[in-house]
Amino acid sequence: MKYLDEYRDPETARRYVQAIRRCVTRPWTLMEVCGGQTHAIVRYGLDRLLPEEVTLLHGPGCPVCVTPIERIDQAVHLAGLPEVILCSFGDMLRVPGSVRDLLEARAAGGDVRVVYSPLDALALARRHPDRQVVFFAVGFETTAPANALAVAMARRQGLENFSLLVSHVLVPPAIEALLSSPRNRVQGFLAAGHVCTITGYREYEPLARRYRVPFVVTGFEPLDLLQGILMCLHQLEEGRSEVENQYSRSVSAEGNPQARRLLDEVFEVVPRRWRGLGEIPASGLDLRAGWREFDATSRFGLVDHPRKDVGECRAGEVLAGVLSPVDCPAFGVRCTPESPLGAPMVSGEGACAAYYRYRRLEEVT
Amino acid sequence: MRLDFSLNCPRPLEGERVRLAHGGGGRAMQGLLEKVFFPAFPSPATGLRHDASVLDFSGPRLAFTTDSYVVRPYFFPGGDIGSLAVHGTVNDLAMAGARPLYLSCGFILEEGLPLEDLHRIVDSMARAADQAGVAVVTGDTKVVDRGKGDGIYLNTAGVGLVEPGVCWHPGQVQPRDAVLVSGDLGRHGMAIMACREGLELETRLESDSAPLWGLVEALIREGLAVRCLRDLTRGGLTSALVEIAEAAGVRITLEEGAVPVSDEVRGACELLGLDPFAVANEGRLVAFVAPEDASRALRLMQEHPMGQGAARIGQVESGPASGVAVRTCLGTLRPLDMLSGEQLPRIC
Repeated sequence: MKYLDEYRDPETARRYVQAIRRCVTRPWTLMEVCGGQTHAIVRYGLDRLLPEEVTLLHGPGCPVCVTPIERIDQAVHLAGLPEVILCSFGDMLRVPGSVRDLLEARAAGGDVRVVYSPLDALALARRHPDRQVVFFAVGFETTAPANALAVAMARRQGLENFSLLVSHVLVPPAIEALLSSPRNRVQGFLAAGHVCTITGYREYEPLARRYRVPFVVTGFEPLDLLQGILMCLHQLEEGRSEVENQYSRSVSAEGNPQARRLLDEVFEVVPRRWRGLGEIPASGLDLRAGWREFDATSRFGLVDHPRKDVGECRAGEVLAGVLSPVDCPAFGVRCTPESPLGAPMVSGEGACAAYYRYRRLEEVT
Repeated sequence: MRLDFSLNCPRPLEGERVRLAHGGGGRAMQGLLEKVFFPAFPSPATGLRHDASVLDFSGPRLAFTTDSYVVRPYFFPGGDIGSLAVHGTVNDLAMAGARPLYLSCGFILEEGLPLEDLHRIVDSMARAADQAGVAVVTGDTKVVDRGKGDGIYLNTAGVGLVEPGVCWHPGQVQPRDAVLVSGDLGRHGMAIMACREGLELETRLESDSAPLWGLVEALIREGLAVRCLRDLTRGGLTSALVEIAEAAGVRITLEEGAVPVSDEVRGACELLGLDPFAVANEGRLVAFVAPEDASRALRLMQEHPMGQGAARIGQVESGPASGVAVRTCLGTLRPLDMLSGEQLPRIC
């Protein structure tokens, strides 16, 4: 664990904060894209170490938060079928659907299992040839390659009882949607290091040029984030809008070619509805026609009924960086992790959950 | 009370399994009692074969507690459900300053449980009880249909005698008290998680399940000004501290860097997105000690086999509001709150 301690060193953190203070001459608004980055920032109180000129907005990079409500409903429906074993990452279990969440579906008798990898779900399919194993494939470019691998392996092994309920989303189109919005306040981005480990960062170069905003591919540890913020501020102060890589220990310009090839073979880019943000063109992945046999929506004849995000939850504004979680009237009052109104209060990467967990008891700290 | 018994009880036939008849109150059940339970727990009381055990004790104050055990898998690195059911209940008594004396044990067995496994669990209970200085003096057995349980569930209740002069509870906690833990955190929860999820870690994580009375007795003997003890079970350090802070109406400030967590536990927690402070332990306690006695208490704990990894992790302050704050490695403060339910592993 020495490896991580090096990225949490207090003395180096102090030096970065001093450098940030020296660098900043006027107000700047940055957005960290990934929910993992948001949690690290709030957990370590990094935003409180920054000069007041620097505002951090929290981005839409929480896969659980942006999964549309109709997909949750479909997962809940599948979980209720006697032949189905529905496998999911743990985070998805408490995200409210329009009627119930997956934990409630499990309590009602559904066979819902938490797995750590789609390959675990594949192993379940091998062990239970008489059941239908469905893996709830959510996430960004980070989690998609493992799902592509899972269906490729299922085909090779001749497994006919394995399928994916796909709700993959892509980061760059979402960033473009934010940048092209008239409400946009973001002047510089900390791009998500894990996503770029797969995709590389070439896709950000046209965005940086077109919208004249700097991007810094940034990691998830406190020192990564402080260094990413410093690099982004340097660009802003110097009037540059380039794509830079803070997370070079993991990310290369071209990403992981093997993973990208696999993604391209199995998935195609499609329009996707994002919970809270609406439909974004070319922002999702679905199984290609040649892989449809592994698509749970066609296997079980599921119909896509886009559902409105109803009620008091203002997740869309939170995910777009327009509203801070604590400024939502429902925050901590009618919306808590025990009874969440929306996904950002549930997920380990949701901004509302981060503030609830690390900021709510202001009077204590 | 020390028991003298041998573990050479007659083994059941290999491959034999628990049947519904073993809980039916007839000959099969008598056979199970005679083959498995009586040899393991040969106190004079079980010898009487009566509806209740009649026990001697002398002292003005009795502590009484109960807990149920449903851990899956029932054998895990560093222990099993049997030893856990002894340690858990003995530790609850110890936290009240009570010397554990007697335990009851209810066995809820699932039809089909290999008798070999039951034997191992009962043997392990007997060893744990012997080590903790308690006697299992009464019990009950029920068998449920196959598929209605995870092999075996246990319930233990325990009674103990409260040591003279001891009155520990959250209400005694005062500003400036030191907060000590008896060892590194999270081993039990992560050992269970690792074997349940088939995590392939470089090193084998073992549960910290252990009886804590010996350590508590040492604190009492030394006459240290202990205000409150709490064993860190489900919910880990986080739940224990938040409960005590709220009950005592104080603010507790924790130094994140001072809380001992082994590299293995930290690594596994990072991997799964879990917070080691909220992971379960079964052989660790947190102690609130008056400031003037804190250093002596810490030294005494570190010299005891059950407290070798003890550390001073924070202190009590008088805040405007009660709660727990953590000073991070960067010097910033964040609140520590209980989780709403179980920790769910993160997505990526």
